Amino acid sequence: MDADDETTAAMIDDEIYANGGGEDENRNRPIISGEPLDVEAYASLYGGRTKISRLLFIAEQSRGCRNEAMELEALRMAYDEVKKGENTQWFRDVAQKIDGRLGPEYQMDLAWCESVDRRAEQKREKLENELNAYRTNLIKESIRMGYNDFGDFHYSHGQLGDAFKNYVRTRDYCTTSKHIVHMCMCSILVSIEMGQFTHVASYVSKAEQTQEALDPITVAKLRCAAGLANLEAKKYKLAARKFLDTGHELGNNYNEVIAPQDIATYGGLCALASFDRAELKACILVLLSFVFWNKVIDNLNFRNFLELVPEIREVINDFYSSRYASCLDYLGNLKANLLLDIHLHDHLETLYDQIRNKALIQYTHPFVSVDLNMMANAFKTDVAGLEKELEALITDNQVQARIDSHNKILYARHADQRNATFQRALQTGNEFDRDVKSMLLRVNLFKHESNQKQSKKS
Amino acid sequence: MEVLVVNIQGLSTNPGDLPNLHNILKQAHDSLHAESIRLLPLLDMLDPSLHSLGFLYILEACTSSALSKEQASAVVLPTARFMNSCSKEQIQLAPEKFISVCKRFKDYVMQLEAPMRGVAPMLAAIRKIQSSSEHLTPLHPEFLVLCLLSKCYKAGLSILDEDIFEVDQPKDLLLYCYYGGMICIGQKRFRKALELLHNVVTAPMSVITAIAVEAYKKYILVSLIHNGQFSTSLPKYTSSVAQRNLKNICQPYIELANSYTTGKIADFETVAQKHREKFDNDNNLGLVKQAISSMHKRNIQRLTQTYLTLSLQDIANSVQLNSAKEAEMHVLQMIQDGEIFATINQKDGMVSFLEDPEQYKSCGMIERIDSSIQRIMALSRKLTNMNENISCDPMYLAKVGRERQRFDFDDFDPVPQRFNI
Repeated sequence: MDADDETTAAMIDDEIYANGGGEDENRNRPIISGEPLDVEAYASLYGGRTKISRLLFIAEQSRGCRNEAMELEALRMAYDEVKKGENTQWFRDVAQKIDGRLGPEYQMDLAWCESVDRRAEQKREKLENELNAYRTNLIKESIRMGYNDFGDFHYSHGQLGDAFKNYVRTRDYCTTSKHIVHMCMCSILVSIEMGQFTHVASYVSKAEQTQEALDPITVAKLRCAAGLANLEAKKYKLAARKFLDTGHELGNNYNEVIAPQDIATYGGLCALASFDRAELKACILVLLSFVFWNKVIDNLNFRNFLELVPEIREVINDFYSSRYASCLDYLGNLKANLLLDIHLHDHLETLYDQIRNKALIQYTHPFVSVDLNMMANAFKTDVAGLEKELEALITDNQVQARIDSHNKILYARHADQRNATFQRALQTGNEFDRDVKSMLLRVNLFKHESNQKQSKKS
Repeated sequence: MEVLVVNIQGLSTNPGDLPNLHNILKQAHDSLHAESIRLLPLLDMLDPSLHSLGFLYILEACTSSALSKEQASAVVLPTARFMNSCSKEQIQLAPEKFISVCKRFKDYVMQLEAPMRGVAPMLAAIRKIQSSSEHLTPLHPEFLVLCLLSKCYKAGLSILDEDIFEVDQPKDLLLYCYYGGMICIGQKRFRKALELLHNVVTAPMSVITAIAVEAYKKYILVSLIHNGQFSTSLPKYTSSVAQRNLKNICQPYIELANSYTTGKIADFETVAQKHREKFDNDNNLGLVKQAISSMHKRNIQRLTQTYLTLSLQDIANSVQLNSAKEAEMHVLQMIQDGEIFATINQKDGMVSFLEDPEQYKSCGMIERIDSSIQRIMALSRKLTNMNENISCDPMYLAKVGRERQRFDFDDFDPVPQRFNI
């Protein structure tokens, strides 16, 4: 941070005249995120089901963008992964999507499917018998483990609903808080895969309520899950807080759900869209620690995605130092790859809009008057478009200003409190007048009605 | 008959004799009705201001049966003179007769297609029969109808400016507010119109009446014109019949209101065109047109919140007007009406929007604030008084007593139904 402050001090003169305009001199960071995603590197960050579902998501998105190379790469890796597991439904899907485009090794292997299904059936019978035996014996611990095994079985075969049901059933047979935590973690995992984030939120809170202290890794996992739930619920500020609270203890321990880089990315983007300046500064420090930690761990093979974390940090840094053009530029570059992320995909547009609006608001905040031409330059847009954007923000009351369309200047405008108060007072007086009069009238009518009823009765 | 006339002339001067006279007149009631219009010449023998009671009875008998046009025109003049000059105290002894005479007078005036002749006498009649300026008589709506038909709106407004708190018949109030609303609309006093129509719509009622429906339709349109918005939810104190039924009956208007809120003039005009016949049948087409122009105004007003200066062409574009010339006309009209504060620079076609110059520092403003405060304090006192009166009302106490919570042994004692103190 200190190095940055010094360089910005030197650049202040330039920045007064062209805010964010001087991009080239001090930018020796490679803009590598514009490159297409290295699918293999990306996938190696994850394990378990999420690896395959992310690969499938990438394949689908690439299909939409007609990027066949990436699509096939993703499908190939997905095929390999699925074959290592026992989910025949997924295998069939992947094979169908590949459609023979990858050659003979990647065809539909019905023999494999059938053998896996037969084994699955056998295992299922065995598990069911065991479970029934345990149930008749009424040994709590065995019943719990029986249900757990069943849950794991369903999970590995892709029957998420059944898996969830079985995990939840273990609740009645949990005796220690460790059991409860285990049940919660399994349920959270399945819920995330199913996309039912309300369950995620409830199980996270359930796990956090256990009496015994949880170990730091579990705490980190729970915070992660909570962050994801908030992200899906569009509560970006809460999501950012949760993500940034996840410590580095998480490491690679939760890669069946999320990679540490993702935490930085999701957290950074949400923070940028929703935090105020003080919180944003703290966020930069947290992300710095992420980068440091990542460099310590041996992740030299996975350059591209690792580099994404300092990118996010730089984006936030730019935003904080008001270099909006470069900030928005970087965000634009990152967009293509971020759209391939399974959790961010639905929220990216909203987040980007919010970030852009915040940039506009923050730009105009310190000034009494702003030249719209210069501002359009700073945001790499034309004056007409900028005027429309500002009009929307002013109407929304997020910017207190008025536009002088003739001279293309934005003037800050602070409402005259005194006049506004007088106006409101007079208006309230009138409303009181009107309401009380009609109230008295209505009372009179009621009295009349009740008198009539009374006279009818008597 | 002559005996009667002599009696009237004799007993009218002394207030102590009036009850006596009243009895005589009541006894003569049927024989008078038998004579009916033939009694007209008798009226010439009586002075309306001195012999008001007698005059009233005879006049009432004259008009009791249906009259032809010539007979009506013969009666109208003496009736008008009577209404103008009758004595208040004598009239108060037989208010229903007076009211029925006035109502028939209004019918004749309409029959003769000269409503303007009835305006001044009716106003005088109202003053005679009102117990206070806050009292609503059955003559109020009749008066307003005459004002509407004869287009004497200012006379109507003078009555409307008085506040009403006492009502005899709810139906009178509904009609009064409805006609009053129409007069205010005609005079472009939309705020007052909204108040009056609001009273009709939210009045306690057990069945939906046509008045309520028509009032609601106008209420929607005036609300759009004056406030720029309309909320379909009626306040809590509206009667349940109204809340349930009004919206369904006035469906085209609700549709219109919804399309107004989107701010797109083209949509609004399409909806208006779609239901044009219905609006025409209800005589609300003029209001609909006013709503359209108010939409333009509101859009321009919104621009004043965002821009300091704007070219006429840009105004035309954002408000969806056809040309800069049209925009200029609208802006000019609004400046003249005091709805916005701006200056137009014709040289470069720019409009500069200015702040409201009102600084709230002038003497006039201070007086206005002061009078508002006084008025509201008086109103507040009135409200407190009414509250106290009701709390002392025996019926109220009996009802509350029956339904109160019982926490203590004493609470189980019965509440006395009457207070014989």
